Amino acid sequence: MSFLKKSPWILHYAATSCNGCDIELLACLTPLYDVERFGIVNTGNPKHADIFLVTGSVNEESRKVVENLYAQMPDPKAVVAIGACALSGGIFRDAYNVYGGIDQVIPVDVYVPGCAARPESIIDGIVQALAILEERARDRKRQRKVVAS
Amino acid sequence: MNVEHWGLAVAFVVLGPLLGALLAGLDRRLTARMQSRQGPPLLQPIYDVLKLFEKDTVVVTELQTLYLWGFLFFMVISGFILFLGSDLLLSLFALTVSGIFLCLAAYSTNSPYSNIGSSRELLLMMAYEPMLIIVALGFFLVADSFRVSDIVAGSPWQVVQLFGILLGFLFILTIKLRKSPFDLSSSHHGHQELVKGITTDLSGSDLALVEIGHWYENTILLGWLYLFFAPWGVALALPIALVLFFAEVLVDNTHARLKWATTLKATWVVTGLFGVTNLMLLPLIT
Amino acid sequence: MPLIALLIGFPLLAGLAILFAPTHARRADLVRWSVYGLGGATLALALSYFRMEPQFFALGEGVAGALDSAFLLGGIALSVYLLFACRRIKGREWYIPLLILAQTGLMLFAELAPEHPEVARQFYVDSFSILMALIVGLVGGLICLHAIRYMQDYQAHDLEVTDRRPAFFFMLFVFLGAMFGIVFSNHLPWLFFFWEVTTLCSFWLISYSGTDEAIRNGFRALGLNLIGGVAFAGAIVWLTHGPGLHTWELDQLIAAGSTLALIPAVLIAIAGLTKSAQLPFSSWLLGAMVAPTPVSALLHSSTMVKAGVFLLVKLSPVFHDTYAGLLLSLVGGVTFLVTSLAAVSQRNAKRVLAYSTIANLGLIVMCAGVGTATTIWAAILLILFHAVAKALLFLSVGTTEHLIGSRDIEDMEGLVYRRPVLAAMMLVGILGMFLAPFGMLLSKYTCFQAFLTMDVMPGDGILLAAILAFGSAPTLFFWSKWMGKLVAMPRRPNPIEAAIPRDEAIALFTLTLITYVACALFPLADWMFVQPYTEFLTGAGLIPLTDDRIPWETIAMMTAMLGGIFLLPLIFWLRPPRFAVVSGYLSGANVDGSASYRGAMGAEREVESRGYYLTGFIQEDLLVRRGLIGAAILMTLMLWSVNP
Repeated sequence: MSFLKKSPWILHYAATSCNGCDIELLACLTPLYDVERFGIVNTGNPKHADIFLVTGSVNEESRKVVENLYAQMPDPKAVVAIGACALSGGIFRDAYNVYGGIDQVIPVDVYVPGCAARPESIIDGIVQALAILEERARDRKRQRKVVAS
Repeated sequence: MNVEHWGLAVAFVVLGPLLGALLAGLDRRLTARMQSRQGPPLLQPIYDVLKLFEKDTVVVTELQTLYLWGFLFFMVISGFILFLGSDLLLSLFALTVSGIFLCLAAYSTNSPYSNIGSSRELLLMMAYEPMLIIVALGFFLVADSFRVSDIVAGSPWQVVQLFGILLGFLFILTIKLRKSPFDLSSSHHGHQELVKGITTDLSGSDLALVEIGHWYENTILLGWLYLFFAPWGVALALPIALVLFFAEVLVDNTHARLKWATTLKATWVVTGLFGVTNLMLLPLIT
Repeated sequence: MPLIALLIGFPLLAGLAILFAPTHARRADLVRWSVYGLGGATLALALSYFRMEPQFFALGEGVAGALDSAFLLGGIALSVYLLFACRRIKGREWYIPLLILAQTGLMLFAELAPEHPEVARQFYVDSFSILMALIVGLVGGLICLHAIRYMQDYQAHDLEVTDRRPAFFFMLFVFLGAMFGIVFSNHLPWLFFFWEVTTLCSFWLISYSGTDEAIRNGFRALGLNLIGGVAFAGAIVWLTHGPGLHTWELDQLIAAGSTLALIPAVLIAIAGLTKSAQLPFSSWLLGAMVAPTPVSALLHSSTMVKAGVFLLVKLSPVFHDTYAGLLLSLVGGVTFLVTSLAAVSQRNAKRVLAYSTIANLGLIVMCAGVGTATTIWAAILLILFHAVAKALLFLSVGTTEHLIGSRDIEDMEGLVYRRPVLAAMMLVGILGMFLAPFGMLLSKYTCFQAFLTMDVMPGDGILLAAILAFGSAPTLFFWSKWMGKLVAMPRRPNPIEAAIPRDEAIALFTLTLITYVACALFPLADWMFVQPYTEFLTGAGLIPLTDDRIPWETIAMMTAMLGGIFLLPLIFWLRPPRFAVVSGYLSGANVDGSASYRGAMGAEREVESRGYYLTGFIQEDLLVRRGLIGAAILMTLMLWSVNP
């Protein structure tokens, strides 16, 4: 069993969100949902994080930031796109400066729909990401063994 | 120096981090309860660290790991000296060196957040160092020795004699545990202006080393607190020490962060007012 | 005895030879050979008097008489030269010629007295003076070696400074000779002559560059040291004409104890305070920074300031358990606290070193004022560790300055990556200065214990211990933050092309080695140099016998720590962890790695972050001025407390 499942630390970045999804995401930390029960901590730091939560669509301003943050996260890691904009660009998809969803820039593992996404569905998205993380952790371990031998 | 002491010291090296982890877990749970949340499992800190070892480690410079080894090494030495019943002052010096190595690790990454974190950490060390020394001096004057084993076997009245020093120590304990209002260098709460301060650029096994170091530190600090009540015996002294230790959680949850200048001034004033005054009055209260 | 004569005379002859050397290359060779010779002679001395009881030497009647007249005439010549130099004084320095006249007058008054005390034993060697001689000979010698190339670069760099290098090296060697005179003389007026020679040399060396600033600072050093000189001369007059003690011999002065010897001892202590740059006399040492770096290194580590504390530690038994001793300790304490804080606010590496020197000397003075076996032990070890570590730091800062063209600490960022070996040497110096398990810490450790067990008046020891506790904290801050700059990963590759010159490299390597060995084998140094001295003092009943040796397990733990500091890098080097390298965290806005980020309006901006200097919190001027007033009051009280 991987301990990643017991202690997923998240990094939250609002690419160009209207802050609707962000508020729902932060609601997960409040006493009502209390995701720390599952060891989930909002670290606000890519180097500590396991799961990258992105809200909002990607535009010219946020593209590099999303890439940088993703690059600075140590493996194994997973990406969860939250809300309609992060999935596809949402209502902004035709705007001249918008690239579209997060998967235009970095690989996304879990898509959480909604405008805004509800806290329950966000938590569900993270739980799904945990399964992916666990698999990656196993792969990573195997890789390390190969490198070592 | 008998078998018992050596046993305790070795036990510290093996079990110290476990105790520290439990303290940290209890701390998180208490905090959650104070915020009407359920909070994470008691063993959450251990899960976190085991996870960190599963992760890759990314570094800004390879040397940062070396400094972290130094941090952990001196932390263990400090606790080893303490639980061996040996010299309190030396244990304190080792603790300081360990803190400096942590700062060096953060400085070496040279990111602005790590820089601010480590500069503030040094500043906090400058703030609390005099009080820590005065604690050791107080014990020396009461027990006539810097040796922990002599202090433990000291007079049951020592906590009364050293009451001011105890208050001063509780004050700086807040700093040492990185609790609000003194969590200037690195905070338990994410998403803020200094990100994670001193640990910002540490990841994976590097971060795990820092966490383990902090577990050791928790145990050491609990040990220091225990010393005040030690002559009363374990049954009485340990619960009191634990209650006082967790009183810090309440302080953490009821205060906002102070600025560094206020922190420094306040700490030195408290050190002078409680610590030095207590030392001066000591001849009158024997 | 021949060895002592050799040590005092040889530097003078070597200096003369260097002064008249025909070419630069020839001179450089002469300096090298003299340094090696000097080092060999001090080692020979250390071996031949290894762990011996103090040995005293009586010169023959004729020789003594000749030397007596020579030193008398020399003293007068020295005063005449200084008066001649005073032609360049400015308005506020009018007091300097008066001090010269006062001092010469006092000395003549004492020496020409018809019934002046006879000196039976003019020279002595004990383990403390051997240690001092080793410091002067080896550390001072290495500094001279370092100076060869440094001065060449210095002259090439600064064309406006007249090249007076022959005289420069002459002065350096005379300085060393005078230092040997100070540590071996038992004859107080002779000691005073050597004392004045160091004053003269420092004055000349500080003013070397000939700029107005250098000359003003030279005169400030001269003026302040002359105050000490007058006090010293006053002590000799007291010993000649005063009631009670009637002797010119240092050992008899010390043996006389606090009832008889306190007044002259306090006067000499003032001379010691000026020479070791304690508040309120500290300003000359900061002013001395205008001199070339080897001069600063020499003044700060092995000579000059060490002469001051040497005398204070020698007189320490007299101060034991007296109010004067307590006040002396407090002067040291105030100095330690104030200058430690002031060092926090400095960005200039040499100024940080200067303040830390004053602070460390303050600590030594604190020990000297208490005067128990433990504090003397601590003080001597402090002298040793400070001398080697500080010389190393000064020279490495000097070398760095020539390599990177700046002595600003912020500019030394990433030196560990840009110049690993140089940075490692600097780190050893810094570690040696303050960090457990190295030297400073040991002395601090014993000081706490010694202070708390002293008993002059209620609360005195606690006051001293509190000062030490509060003063140590800023020390930790400014050294660590400097180390932080050195170990920082440079955000852009910024290599240094120039190589370290060979002479400088030899000096730096040797000093690093000495620092490390002194720290690692301090029990050995203790056994060789300190124990014989304190045991002699306790044996003679001059200081009380105390039973507060450091327990063995404490030493074992310290050794474990030192071993760790050595082994961890070794293991790391043998089995380095292989981790992926990423850029530093810049909120994801990184553009060029860790070096720049995308700022407002899409502009690329360089990352800059500086150390904390707390200049709003610590106002250097105000702080030092207050310390000055405080120390002046304490010193006045000290004089008043021995009021006959």
